[in-house]
Amino acid sequence: MKKVYSRPIGLHRNINGYCPGCLHSAAGKIIMSALEELNLLEKTAMVDGVGCCANNNNYMDLDAIGTPHGRACATASAIKRCSPETIVITYQGDGDLASIGLAETMMAANRGDNITVFFINNANYGMTGGQMAPTTLLDMKTTTTPFGRNPEEHGYPMDMCKVLSTLKGPSYIARVTCTDVPNVRKAKEAVKEALQHQVDGKGFSMVEFVSNCPTNWGLTPLESLKFIKEHMLAEYPLGVYRNL
Amino acid sequence: MDKVFMKGCQAIAEAAIRAGCRFFAGYPITPQNEVPEYFSRRMPEVGGVFLQGESETASAAMLYGAGATGIRAMTSSSSCGISLMSEAIGWMAGACMPVVICNVARGGPGIGSIQPSQQDYFQATKASGNGGFRMLVFAPSTVQEAVDMTYRAFDLAQKYKYPVYILTDGFTGEMMEPVVLPEMRSEEFLAAERKANDAWAVRGRNGAPKAHKIRCGARPGVVCTLEEKNIEDWEMYEQWKKDEIEYETYGTEDAELIITAYGISARIARSAVSILRKEGYRVGFVRPIKIHPFPEIAYEQLDYSKLRGILCAEMSIPPQFAYDVEAVVRKRAPIATCLRSGGEIIERSAIIDAAKKLYGDK
Amino acid sequence: MPKIEIESEFCKGCLFCVEACPKDVIGTTSAVNDKGYQYAVPVHQENCIGCSICAIICPDAAIEVYKED
Repeated sequence: MKKVYSRPIGLHRNINGYCPGCLHSAAGKIIMSALEELNLLEKTAMVDGVGCCANNNNYMDLDAIGTPHGRACATASAIKRCSPETIVITYQGDGDLASIGLAETMMAANRGDNITVFFINNANYGMTGGQMAPTTLLDMKTTTTPFGRNPEEHGYPMDMCKVLSTLKGPSYIARVTCTDVPNVRKAKEAVKEALQHQVDGKGFSMVEFVSNCPTNWGLTPLESLKFIKEHMLAEYPLGVYRNL
Repeated sequence: MDKVFMKGCQAIAEAAIRAGCRFFAGYPITPQNEVPEYFSRRMPEVGGVFLQGESETASAAMLYGAGATGIRAMTSSSSCGISLMSEAIGWMAGACMPVVICNVARGGPGIGSIQPSQQDYFQATKASGNGGFRMLVFAPSTVQEAVDMTYRAFDLAQKYKYPVYILTDGFTGEMMEPVVLPEMRSEEFLAAERKANDAWAVRGRNGAPKAHKIRCGARPGVVCTLEEKNIEDWEMYEQWKKDEIEYETYGTEDAELIITAYGISARIARSAVSILRKEGYRVGFVRPIKIHPFPEIAYEQLDYSKLRGILCAEMSIPPQFAYDVEAVVRKRAPIATCLRSGGEIIERSAIIDAAKKLYGDK
Repeated sequence: MPKIEIESEFCKGCLFCVEACPKDVIGTTSAVNDKGYQYAVPVHQENCIGCSICAIICPDAAIEVYKED
């Protein structure tokens, strides 16, 4: 018998800290699998944001550094410039990347810093109990928008792929999801493409994962996948936004 | 050795380069702009990295990243900019990063003024961020001292694998003085240090038996509880009280009055002491060179039976440095203050007048 | 015969694999693992065609797939 599908070798053999059905796990698995296939596991330093994204540190067998909330891109830019041979990736949630760290994200992208950003967009602050994030959909109920997000009071969902695509610095920007097998495959291709841009020295690359938060959305894991397909993807269309 | 005529901020930057600093990130704020400006020209000449951050918050986070790669790295800012950096400063203490932070202080609170001040004493020595961590804090009183202390700060940061802080002020930073610059650290020395730091640096595993993890709450590679880390830090701070105390005294043997000050105020106070002694006043001088750990011993050694009082001179209203002096003097002598604040420079004549008043009849 | 192996200690019972398997190979048990999750198990291993869909969709990398050479 031949093993035709293996757990990525870079994942520790332990259970991670994410909730059942959380696609953080899927993103982590895909990233580790892509790094393995590109033979980059030994060269990579991962910069973690604050929030649920910091959980991955415990099960990804990579050099890693935890950063203050929102500052991952700043820290990553410095690591890359001080150690250009290192493949520097960040792993950040929506609050981290698009709210408290918006300036760091925008400016690293604008400088074209040669780093790869993995952005997990689950439309809320998962770790702290499901508050409104910049990416929260309109009408979506969160613990700080108990009557639903309305634009008059809370503004609109932020489309970071589009926002960053207005800049000249980034070389690769794509949005993926992990709701089904074709999308998981496409996600992995996008992750590999983004990493290849860094290997080739092309500059800033980002892959946004449209993700879920079954726990704070109050849905079962399977229902949360349905919610992504029916609601999240309407606001956050999948695709490659930049590929230079 | 030849002397060169340099502005304080530029001299600090050049001293850092000579100490082996190969990364600087910073953000414009007066009165420290000459530090990043100097680095931006100088770093390319030595193969270093200069990065203008999008904010002080980002610059400090960049410093954290640079420190994590094991190279000598620094940032500078001024007062309210340092407040913005306190996020990453606390984080770097939590993660034990060997970095140097320089505060060219200005008036406060908040935006305060752009003029020199010593209103960041508590912030520098007691609460540079949340969580009760401490740092070694140098307080230069001349451009030459700023140069020498900057140079040493990098060695101490590496020795303790911990942030080291230089608290200077807009006076010292903007003033031009002749200085002797230290020798350039050799590339071999720096390469060897970086290789040693590769035992914990986050630069990709590159064959290491275990992945390196740097996180706030443990030394790199160490797995411990936060309380264990807090205890370890505390033990280091206690060890500093034995190994890192630095102060100078002058004329304390026969002193009936002590003038004490740190940083730029100490320079002014020292000349006041000289004048007073010439006039026949038995005045001594105590000056902490590092303001953390605080040199309690310098005050314990005083002969309180002779003392009419202690005068604390500082550019901060309300006083802050005087608080530490009071804590060690413990009412063994009356304490008076001579203060300016908000960017106003303390005058020597004011110190002399205050000293005479406290001294009473000669 | 192709087959799957599910590491029950990694499984959190999200049911993504159960839903995705085209041959209804996978089901759940009433048993729980160390973390208290009702984990997925192959209930009709004999139907497995080795397509790896379950393993690809599994967020927790709990499934590995074997095929004859």
